[in-house]
Amino acid sequence: MNIPANLRYTDTHEWIRKEDDGTISVGITDIAQDRLGDVVFVGDAKVGATLAAGEAGAVVESVKAASDIYAPVAGEVVAFNETLDAEPQRLNEQPYDAWIIRLRPANVADVDALLDAAAYEAIAGEA
Amino acid sequence: MLRHTTLHGLHVEWGGRMVDFSGWEMPAHFGSQLEEHRHVRQDAGMFDVSHMLNVDVVGEDAQKFLRHLLANDVAKLASPGQALYSCMLNPSGGVLDDLIVYHLGTQRFRVVVNAGPADDDVAWMRRVCSNARFAVEISPRRDLAMIAVQGPRARESLWAARGELKPATASLSRFHAVETPHGMIARTGYTGEDGFEIVLPADDAPELWTALRAADVVPCGLGARDTLRLEAGMNLYGADMDGSTTPAESALDWTVDRTTDRDFVGRAALESASPARALVGVRLDGRGVLRSHMRVRAPSGEGMVTSGTFSPSLGISIAFARIPRSGGDIPSPGTPIEVEVRDRWTAATITKVPFVRHGSSVLGGLTGGA
Repeated sequence: MNIPANLRYTDTHEWIRKEDDGTISVGITDIAQDRLGDVVFVGDAKVGATLAAGEAGAVVESVKAASDIYAPVAGEVVAFNETLDAEPQRLNEQPYDAWIIRLRPANVADVDALLDAAAYEAIAGEA
Repeated sequence: MLRHTTLHGLHVEWGGRMVDFSGWEMPAHFGSQLEEHRHVRQDAGMFDVSHMLNVDVVGEDAQKFLRHLLANDVAKLASPGQALYSCMLNPSGGVLDDLIVYHLGTQRFRVVVNAGPADDDVAWMRRVCSNARFAVEISPRRDLAMIAVQGPRARESLWAARGELKPATASLSRFHAVETPHGMIARTGYTGEDGFEIVLPADDAPELWTALRAADVVPCGLGARDTLRLEAGMNLYGADMDGSTTPAESALDWTVDRTTDRDFVGRAALESASPARALVGVRLDGRGVLRSHMRVRAPSGEGMVTSGTFSPSLGISIAFARIPRSGGDIPSPGTPIEVEVRDRWTAATITKVPFVRHGSSVLGGLTGGA
């Protein structure tokens, strides 16, 4: 499974990318999409809400099950990737291009404290 | 320790995502459940259903025994080759299992039951048989495998893979079966599409599977089988009905034959009470995916989703739900209801089943998806 070195990760299988405007993009990893199976619905994004780390910010539903997408750090949800409304399968096809929500972190340093690729691989490999 | 069918090695080799299904390690899918679903609707796919159990019922009382054991009447199977769908009930009228019974020859029948309750089914059949002293031999056939080839191109695909089977099966009508030197071939299935179910010696299954694959039949997992059967309006034992629900509470009343005074197990209980609940089709109007056990609010009262999924053919979420009847009547299609989808009461509509028949939507105002 593909785990890009330039991203940060959570133990709940989200990836995190820092954007130039100070926000972060959050998606699901290759491992996550593989375990979920075909994604058929992405939604319930809490755009405008301020979330604590670990609070649900959106939901991904596959043929198999529904899974919450958690805020990796505290912050405000500023955007939802609306292309996923019509093309939820993009999470399967291009998991690292298809971000789900964007967050403005309350504290940018929190992002650097998240798992790096090696640490995520170590965790995900065991599961 | 999970049990394996003789096709297990081929499934793993083909990239099957293996899961525990009623104690059997079976493929959920081989990469994309949605693609497998579409192959069956548009072309041809195949399923390993060898975890289901064939039970042969043979002996001078075979017909008498089955007329007592089953809620549908095997007397309808006038000639060998005919098949019948039936429930097997407990004395309180609850559904122990649903099954297909094939009439193979004089006082010779084959019953195909679900994997989960298979052992209990055989024990129950033997108990009913010995209680009434029927002269019948009941033989579970774990030496057999079963492959379902389904889809508009299914029959041609089997003939391409096994030309020698064509003469015996080309004129086989729907819901009929024929015994050949290679096994029993039935024009039945669980997808709403045309096709065959092939029952053959377990050791012969890998060769047939490989030949079908060479004829471009796509291996499909049990995930696609579930979305296909739900679209086709077919119940799943253990989800949509079990020993605590009667046929009338499970949209299966049409399978109970009361045309004669036949004494069958469960009949007295069914006739002493009127059904309080009904199983109905549901389409979700709001966003999300219906899943089993979600709560339902209907005008007639509260109920529960028994099976739910995203329908690949329709592009919406569909389900079966068990809800109270209103004054004895089944709530009619078009009735607005609500389903609790992830903590949010979401609009849904009671809908006629099947949802999809032979590749096309039967929902008014909706076109069948790709």
